[in-house]
Amino acid sequence: MINFDNVTKVYPNQNRPALENVNIEVAKGEFVFLVGPSGSGKSTFLRLVLKEERPTDGRIHVAGRDLARLTNWKVPYLRRRIGCVFQDFRLLPNKNVYQNVAFALEVIGKHRRFIRKVVPEVIDLVGLEGKQDRMPDELSGGEQQRVAMARAFVNRPMILLADEPTGNIDPATSIGIMKVLDRINRTGTTVVMATHDAAIVDSMRKRVIELEYGKVVRDQSRGVYGQAY
Amino acid sequence: MRSHFVLQEIWIGLRRNLTMTMALIVVVAISLSLLGTGLLFVKQVDRTRTFWQGKVEMSIYLCIKTSPQPQCQRGGPATEAEKAQLQHRLKLMPQVEKVYYVNQHQAYTEFRQYFANQPELVQDTHEGDIPDSFQVKLKNPQADYNVVASAVTGTTWVETVVDEMTILDKFYKLLDGARNAVVIIALILIVAAVLLVANTIRLSAFNRRRETAIMRLVGASNFYIQLPFLLEGTIAGLFGWAIAAGLLVAVKSLMLDSLGQYFSFNVGLSAGDLLEVIFFTMVVGVALCGATSFLTLRRYLRI
Repeated sequence: MINFDNVTKVYPNQNRPALENVNIEVAKGEFVFLVGPSGSGKSTFLRLVLKEERPTDGRIHVAGRDLARLTNWKVPYLRRRIGCVFQDFRLLPNKNVYQNVAFALEVIGKHRRFIRKVVPEVIDLVGLEGKQDRMPDELSGGEQQRVAMARAFVNRPMILLADEPTGNIDPATSIGIMKVLDRINRTGTTVVMATHDAAIVDSMRKRVIELEYGKVVRDQSRGVYGQAY
Repeated sequence: MRSHFVLQEIWIGLRRNLTMTMALIVVVAISLSLLGTGLLFVKQVDRTRTFWQGKVEMSIYLCIKTSPQPQCQRGGPATEAEKAQLQHRLKLMPQVEKVYYVNQHQAYTEFRQYFANQPELVQDTHEGDIPDSFQVKLKNPQADYNVVASAVTGTTWVETVVDEMTILDKFYKLLDGARNAVVIIALILIVAAVLLVANTIRLSAFNRRRETAIMRLVGASNFYIQLPFLLEGTIAGLFGWAIAAGLLVAVKSLMLDSLGQYFSFNVGLSAGDLLEVIFFTMVVGVALCGATSFLTLRRYLRI
């Protein structure tokens, strides 16, 4: 599903590459943790998958498509198949829960009948039934992140990218968030999650890819956060 | 439905920076009105010129009983023989293309036609008060006028030689001057309008940066993201144009038609001309606003 072939990314005005000769292959339906200290290249990896950035060297394939060959006006269609969740939630403050999730479908031109059917389903999936009319500032951090996940998932993407989704959330609520991610993964969605959260990584025992200074130093299925062994 | 969504976004955008939108509408209205007025002047001059194109350049008025000029007082009204001699002479001149004679009855009828909107004048004038004349069409009006005029002036039964071309010079100069002034101001204002559109769209895009960021993330097509802004600019431009159209109608009916009164010939612009100018300004207005919106978006929206 995601294929990084010797990818290097150097940002302009920087000496050290953000990613260096990275070779990663993520299969369909996998759940992958991307761990490493700040600046190790986790966010860069995610942005390259979305084609927010272009690699300085190497090839990237997403869902079988070579991103280098993808024209600018086709990029939106790629992004419709990828859902994104961020540490700062990124909800629209003057729309309620339903409208925030529906927004993702409205802007890609879906009909209102379709939206009215699908949005409540996914709101229930993330565990927010009954809260459709709440505004973001009436929700807790965990609930806001669930809205973000609902929005990311509502168009049934192939891949879900999560950039430190539990960064602003307390450990107890984080478990709830991870349960939702797990549920999403079980529907067949490939999940790649960049995180610092050692406890979560250790508890879920999924594939762990560790980055350090832009290089892959560990790639372990059923791994843990630190270099335990 | 998609159109509902787009319209909603446009309405929100227009409302959020209402003051800028209103400034935009006013500037577009004024600049398009001025541009349209300039065009109306151009059309007026064209029409007048065309009207007079086919007419003669020189009129040689013959002495009649009531002519006040000294040569007429001495010699009396022109006789048939004298008229025939003059006509023959004129026809022989190489510079003359055509000569034709307008008798007093015809002259009087024409006079009544030309001055139809000054009834008091017409009432006071009778047939026989208007001299008969030779209407001369020259092959090369600018060059030959003086030659023919000097050949004819001084003949005792010629009352006056009139250069028909100069009558309108003042009128043309007036209109040309007005047109130039108006067009220059219009162009300056159009530059201002373009800058205002750019600024308004920029402000709008900045106000909506959160929504736009999410739209890009979620995979909205570039067209869909740009569309509300483009339409915002264009709709504001159309409002401005509507105001301009109203002003142009006022300009035509108040200014130009009343000018016609002073010049007493019927070369006013038709409703069709007015519509043409209005339509043209609409095209200019919409194109300017649309193009500016589009280019501004490309610069500031990172699409």
